[in-house]
Amino acid sequence: MTRTKLELTRFPSVKRLLTSRWVPWTLMAITLPVFLLAILTGLFGTPAGSRNFGIIFVWIVWWALLILVMVPFAGRLWCAVCPIPAPGEWLQRRALVQSRPGGKLFTLGGKFPRRLKNIWLQNAAFLAVALFSVVILTTPFVSALVLLFMIVLAMATSMLFERRVFCRYICPVGGFIGLYSQVAPIEVRVKDMAVCQSHVEKTCYQGSDAGYGCPWLVYPAALDRNTYCGMCMECMKTCPHDNVGIFLRAPGKDLQTTQGRRLDEAYKAFIMLTCALAYSIVLLGPWSLFKESAYAVGTLAWWVYASLFLAANLVIVPGIFFACTTFARKLSYNKFSLRRTFVEYAYVLVPLGLVAWAAYTISFVFVNFSYAWQVVSDPFGWGWNLFGTANWTWTPYLAGLQTFLQIPILLVGLIAAIGMALRTANSQGVPRRAALPVVTFCAAFTVGLLWLYV
Amino acid sequence: MNFHLPHGRYYRYLIAVSTVCLMFAAIFLPLPVDAYTPETHTLQINARTFAFEPGSIAIRRGDTITIELEALDAVHGLYLDGYDVNLVAEPGKSASVTFVADKDGKFKFRCSVACGALHPFMIGELNVEPDIPLVRALLITLMGVIGALAFFWK
Ligand SMILES: [Cu+2]
Repeated sequence: MTRTKLELTRFPSVKRLLTSRWVPWTLMAITLPVFLLAILTGLFGTPAGSRNFGIIFVWIVWWALLILVMVPFAGRLWCAVCPIPAPGEWLQRRALVQSRPGGKLFTLGGKFPRRLKNIWLQNAAFLAVALFSVVILTTPFVSALVLLFMIVLAMATSMLFERRVFCRYICPVGGFIGLYSQVAPIEVRVKDMAVCQSHVEKTCYQGSDAGYGCPWLVYPAALDRNTYCGMCMECMKTCPHDNVGIFLRAPGKDLQTTQGRRLDEAYKAFIMLTCALAYSIVLLGPWSLFKESAYAVGTLAWWVYASLFLAANLVIVPGIFFACTTFARKLSYNKFSLRRTFVEYAYVLVPLGLVAWAAYTISFVFVNFSYAWQVVSDPFGWGWNLFGTANWTWTPYLAGLQTFLQIPILLVGLIAAIGMALRTANSQGVPRRAALPVVTFCAAFTVGLLWLYV
Repeated sequence: MNFHLPHGRYYRYLIAVSTVCLMFAAIFLPLPVDAYTPETHTLQINARTFAFEPGSIAIRRGDTITIELEALDAVHGLYLDGYDVNLVAEPGKSASVTFVADKDGKFKFRCSVACGALHPFMIGELNVEPDIPLVRALLITLMGVIGALAFFWK
């Protein structure tokens, strides 16, 4: 493997841009009003989802940008400009742009419970949103309540706890952005580990007059994966030795090692994979029974749907995968524990899940994108026409051509997953044939999606 | 520049190239078609909030089909992906279109008139059989799996 990385921050203009305190503030000053408008239109605008700015901009425009562009190509870039933690962070800092002397934060400073310092809470939060997704995605008022709840919760946690506890441990979106950001061809890393070791003050973690200690509770020198780096660039500002850079790298580099793989992250991968399949069937399939059951919250049909949905996410799909890894150990006299084998192989679902989400997104985003022109001119659905586009008719872009994008994307993910499965067998020091059950699982999943879409 | 590739690397390069070639071959590979005399069908599709009935329709490639869209409870549309067919029906006022199904594969049809909460997910499927695109996609996948195994096996 080549170890060449291109350091983007070695260009002075890039460096200046990324260390400017104005850049993140400016970006949030754009995303926050849009976010607030999405809440307001959801609360007070038309109940017709396809005419409501909140629904269209969050679940079509933002979602497409996030899963098709930002996460695969820029990792957690979204987290650096996300409006949800912004008000809480400004309150913590009692500053909008400039930093406080010593990077001091105003907060009750409570320590987040140790047992919750993992992403199980994020797994649960995502599942909770996913379970009601048919309602959330289509009902502006409910959608707005969810967004409002998130921003209030983020403010509350900013007051109670140190730094960005909400982003790191609670945000339902943050969990999968982190998991999939390992695929991105970009990373924030220290340049020379020795410099960090001899640096006693650790201003990157503690904060200094130049900026705040890592809001994501990460010690930059320990970064070996993108998962929990929010790309906020504070460490680049607080490092007195100019030892932090942003690098271009081989895509998926974080997934080449099996070091530090965890059960909570493995479950995130299962949940994401299962949901991509479930949505492809329930939302985009021709079976109205599933859609109506998922929508009719509280009815017997919904309870059946909810039970099946949760069972698929937490038991059935992980169970099938577990059977595959059990078989893998039988095939290879693996000396590692079943749990470790299971967890390490589960990460092959990272590229597989990301492409499944891309395929699902491609299927509905382009055909519904033209609603964006209407709601830009008439965000509340009150008959406004701000930019003259309110009456543009629904035009399905790329209709009938989605499969030409979906098939190659699904294949790229499958091939990456196969590569990772063989690498995992190799890293466990067992014959490559041990990876075959997992390879079969991945191939079967891809065939299932192809059958649904092609 | 050193053009003398190490042996293992050369082998992997060969596998990668031949896999890509085989995948492309699967796109253009002539598949046997059985003799079939096209038929003419009239398909009655009922649209209600938020479903088409039937939701899933199978015909053969070359068939001439007439879709009669009946709206049961509100104004609904039917936009057929890939064929650029768009119908709008009001309750008591059906709409119809006739065309030759000359493209094979799976085509989603969606409501084209905003009709309520689940409108974006009011989706049905027209299967124009035989589903050659699916057969090709599966062939490409098979090539990809074999190629990836050979490439990463080392
Ligand atoms: Cu409709």
